[in-house]
Amino acid sequence: MMVANEEKAASVSRRNLLVKAGIALNAIAGALIGIPILGFVVSGLKGRSQKDTWISLGSISQFPEGETRMAVYRNPYTRPWDGDTAQIPCWVRHIEGSKFQVFAINCTHLGCPVRWFPGSHLFMCPCHGGAFYEDGTRASGPPPRGLYEYKYKVEDGALSVMGGHLPTLADPLSSRNTPCGQPCPESPASNKGLIKIDGDSRPC
Amino acid sequence: MLRSIALWLEERLNITKVFEATAGHKVPPSTNSWFYVFGSGTLICFVIQIITGICLAFVYVPSTDQAWTSLQYLNHQQFLGWFLRAVHNWGSNFMVGIMTLHLVQTFLFGAYKYPRELTWLSGCVLFLCTLGMAFTGQIMRFDQDAYWGLGIGASIMGRMPFIGADLVRVVLAGPIIAGETLSRFFTLHVFVIPGLIIAIVSMHLRLVLNKGINEYPKPGVLVNKETYVEQYEEHIHKEGVPFVPNVIGKDLIFGGCLILAICACAFYFGPAGPTGPPNPTLIRALPKPDFYFLPIFASLALLPDYMETFLLLVAPVIGIAVLFLVPFVSGTGEKSYRRRPIAVLTVLVAFLALGLLAWLGTYSPWSPKMDAWSSKPIPLEFLKGRSPLQLEGALLIQSKQCHNCHSLGGEGGMRGPALDVVATRLTRDQLIRQVIQGGGNMPAYGKNLKPAEVDALVSFMESLRPNYQPGAHDFSR
Repeated sequence: MMVANEEKAASVSRRNLLVKAGIALNAIAGALIGIPILGFVVSGLKGRSQKDTWISLGSISQFPEGETRMAVYRNPYTRPWDGDTAQIPCWVRHIEGSKFQVFAINCTHLGCPVRWFPGSHLFMCPCHGGAFYEDGTRASGPPPRGLYEYKYKVEDGALSVMGGHLPTLADPLSSRNTPCGQPCPESPASNKGLIKIDGDSRPC
Repeated sequence: MLRSIALWLEERLNITKVFEATAGHKVPPSTNSWFYVFGSGTLICFVIQIITGICLAFVYVPSTDQAWTSLQYLNHQQFLGWFLRAVHNWGSNFMVGIMTLHLVQTFLFGAYKYPRELTWLSGCVLFLCTLGMAFTGQIMRFDQDAYWGLGIGASIMGRMPFIGADLVRVVLAGPIIAGETLSRFFTLHVFVIPGLIIAIVSMHLRLVLNKGINEYPKPGVLVNKETYVEQYEEHIHKEGVPFVPNVIGKDLIFGGCLILAICACAFYFGPAGPTGPPNPTLIRALPKPDFYFLPIFASLALLPDYMETFLLLVAPVIGIAVLFLVPFVSGTGEKSYRRRPIAVLTVLVAFLALGLLAWLGTYSPWSPKMDAWSSKPIPLEFLKGRSPLQLEGALLIQSKQCHNCHSLGGEGGMRGPALDVVATRLTRDQLIRQVIQGGGNMPAYGKNLKPAEVDALVSFMESLRPNYQPGAHDFSR
């Protein structure tokens, strides 16, 4: 009887050991598989570290003074299978000389494509009725601020803008703090992470 | 011979036992009702979606540069591709519709009350999963609407404080809508959410078997936690009838009609889209979601802007929380809708509001008619007998795109008030002020109009008082 009990106890403790060792082994194996999986999944966040870059919009002769025209650039962060989605439009307003304003196509309300109407000098949005004046300030409708404006530079007669991401209220384009129509200093204070509600107070 | 094969199989598979525990389980005879068919109807829709979805995936290419082309191929070249796309689209419409009926029926019949709280909760999660399938499904139809729909989704995410920018990048799988975005939504639509739905449906059905189906509520019979389960089991024991074959008849008839209706709609209306290719430079797009998201689309245009971000981010959370809390707030007591006026009223108000918003969403009066200035001429009656100056003003209504927001003779935008009788409402001075300074929802045109143009425009508008109605008069003068 005693012998049987001892044998049972021994087998239970051996089973315990096996269970514990099994759990430990699986924890290690799980981590080995799980950590790379997690890293793979959250790699979308790495996009955060992808800084915007200078993108050429071509010669400034395409943009007559006093007019606003659409320009198209190729998104700098492309995948081989992007197709047409990598063609990003923007609105270029040539004020005079080397003074420009380059606006994102996306309405500041919910990102729909705004259209320029030369007759009324307005940008209008087809989704919820937002409208913006020619200098990008909010004219009417639900948008909480003026159009997103690219930082730009003119070099050797060519216009370049700083871009590469979809502008949203949390992450607008980076030239918001400069007076409109002025070329931007190289590193303006970025207002990333801030939701700016006053879109109409630019010194224009 | 057949009988011996059947017995041989039965001995090994225990089919009779499985049958008695599932399809043949006993239910209250009162559930043999046309109100109890929506759950199985939703399940039928889901099965149709799985089968047609698998078939479509044989051909569909989930890549940003090929998806649109493969949809065109499905529509026009693949044998019966158009029909399968149409069935998948109408199947989703019906699934959302029937599932909503199921939700309303279980709410009004008090089926969420003790002891079926978890059945309700899992149903709510299934409802959200189905809406997730509907949204990601719209993205699969990778056209202009899908592209800008993604932009709208990202812009909503971008309003989230602190984590907005990161969230946008997670949702879009990168800094901008591009190659990986569609792959991400494809994975959600085809693997992740359907997997979740299958798992939760299993649990939902398991709960229905465990806790029994809700009896048809009688007014005045209250749910009491101490006695309910005992009473229910006694009722089943005494009067219960097997679901198959006694009760399934109505489910079968409804399910059959449902499949026929889906096929009929698919055959008659055909597949949805795709609209124009997902090329962001083609900005002549009028992005609009499918009908079940129209109420959200409409409220985004109509919410006052000071509360918009708050409502966008907080209202859905509150709405879902309320749905989840229903069985814990009123888990006992009266079940019958005949004695629950507030429940009935809630459903009516919710449907009125959603219906009204969806109806407004179909023609979105808040959006300018983008091409009215060039495609909708001013009707002749507004031009007859006008002076040259007034005619010049009429021309400006077109060339300055006033017509995009203001209608004349029922044609044109509805963003601003119709101009048909504007002179009876505003005096000349008020008209000039409104044109130059804007106000209300109107942009200011002061910088954009020469004084002579303002003069012409206002002269024309002053003539807009048909049938010799008196013009507006400034009584302070």
